[in-house]
Amino acid sequence: MSLLELKGITASYGPTQALFGVDLALEQGEVCALMGRNGMGKSSTIKVICRMLKHDGGSLHFDGRDIAALPSFRAAQAGLGLVPEGRRCFAPLTVHENLIAAARPGDWDEARVVDLFPRLGERRDQAAGSLSGGEQQMLAIGRALMTNPKLLLLDEATEGLAPVVRQEIWAAVAQLKRDSGLALLVVDKSLAELRRIADHAVILERGRSVWSGPMPALNAPVADKFLGV
Amino acid sequence: MTRETILNTFLFLLLPATALAAFALDEPFIITLATKAAILALAGVGLNIALGLGGLVSFGHAAFFGLGGYAMGILAAHAQSYTPLMESPFLIEGTKSMPVIWLVALVVSALAALLIGALSLRTSGVYFIMVTLAFGQMLFYFAISWPAYGGEDGLSIYVRNGFPGLNTLDPLTFFGIAFVILAAVLFFAGRLARAPFGLALSAARQNAERVESVGLAPFRLRLVAFVISGAVTGLAGALFADLNRFVSPTMFSWQTSGEIMVFVILGGVGRLFGPVAGAALFILLEHVLGGLSEFWHIYLGLLLLLVVLFARGGMIGLIAGREVAHD
Repeated sequence: MSLLELKGITASYGPTQALFGVDLALEQGEVCALMGRNGMGKSSTIKVICRMLKHDGGSLHFDGRDIAALPSFRAAQAGLGLVPEGRRCFAPLTVHENLIAAARPGDWDEARVVDLFPRLGERRDQAAGSLSGGEQQMLAIGRALMTNPKLLLLDEATEGLAPVVRQEIWAAVAQLKRDSGLALLVVDKSLAELRRIADHAVILERGRSVWSGPMPALNAPVADKFLGV
Repeated sequence: MTRETILNTFLFLLLPATALAAFALDEPFIITLATKAAILALAGVGLNIALGLGGLVSFGHAAFFGLGGYAMGILAAHAQSYTPLMESPFLIEGTKSMPVIWLVALVVSALAALLIGALSLRTSGVYFIMVTLAFGQMLFYFAISWPAYGGEDGLSIYVRNGFPGLNTLDPLTFFGIAFVILAAVLFFAGRLARAPFGLALSAARQNAERVESVGLAPFRLRLVAFVISGAVTGLAGALFADLNRFVSPTMFSWQTSGEIMVFVILGGVGRLFGPVAGAALFILLEHVLGGLSEFWHIYLGLLLLLVVLFARGGMIGLIAGREVAHD
């Protein structure tokens, strides 16, 4: 069984249906790009996986168990590490405190996170709210890694960052893929970067998964059809 | 060393310095005032764990203060009348031993906080305030209607309880006991705030959903904080009852809850030494202004208004400035 498996997921925000049937499968150590234009259901899918949005149809399995009934903190404890859209660090806490607040035992500790993002070491005692956007993003990734997840979900991790900072984030993600063996589910708009890093992709269109396959198969016509502006 | 650390050191030394100066000047009443300030500060430190760290505006902490007080009163009353508290299914006798009474006060208050917290933390905002207030008032009326332990008149203890090797009737010795407990709890509260638990609690106060997304359960964090908070306030209640050698339903009243909250707000919500500053100021105002007018609370109200409007960090914030990222 796959590490993460979504079959026919439907979900709504009150009376407004957002997901109409999302299928997605991700193996251990694999990187999957979740793609689509704005408003197609990528963040809603992430929220369903992390149990921050209840789905009303379909099945959701993670690490061999049905996680549909779990509250979000239990899903995180089961091994889902979320790097949320907009970073959302705990602003008044320092970098060090953000990292240790939710730490769980495992391979990832503060020293290893600082190895991945040396800038966090330099800013160790600085309040998270006073960091630059890029540093906050590094902290959000570091905080998720400190929970020692089996799957790291990156929701628009490079959104709104300067190009040079984006490169740092992508380099770190590539290092994660290479060295950690973590499974990654990445939502981002940068097709070029996703092509470099992802093993396969799932494309969403109006809340439905309309294409999935290995990354090399995502050719120009497919990209134009589903991702073109 | 930050300005707040210097201020905290000053506040920490202020109480023993006052007690020692009063001892040198042979003013036992001032020592009693310093003891009262230390005990009320302890109650405030307890509330500050829930309010300052967890953002839980409990208006029912008098419940724990009163339970601690009655734990002392009931155990000591049975000891002084040589009647057992309970004979079946097993024998429980009263005691005049402070350590045993403190332990009972801690356990009883913690259990009450667990029950009250488990129910009240399912609500938030004004509903949480009302539910905690309701629990406090329930215990207040229960104490009034309990004639076995004095009912409305309360319960007097003739001789202060004992501590092995110490003469607790000596005001300075009893101050020392209260101050050491306050110091130990301040140390514990300081460590708690910097520990992952305290940081997670603080993060949950800022954004519960965000905390859940990293695998922490805000309800549990808050419940544990509420239990610790209630236990500390209960311990303060036991000491307060021992100081006065008297317990009454007033310890459970909403006015007592309000006063404990005033200590925290006056001193600085979430500031480790805020309750110490608040309780010391409260006692000072009560002593000085209380001598001028029995309506001295009007001035206290005015001061509270000024603090809330113009000094959100309380006295500590006013003097030491905004809280900096932890150094």
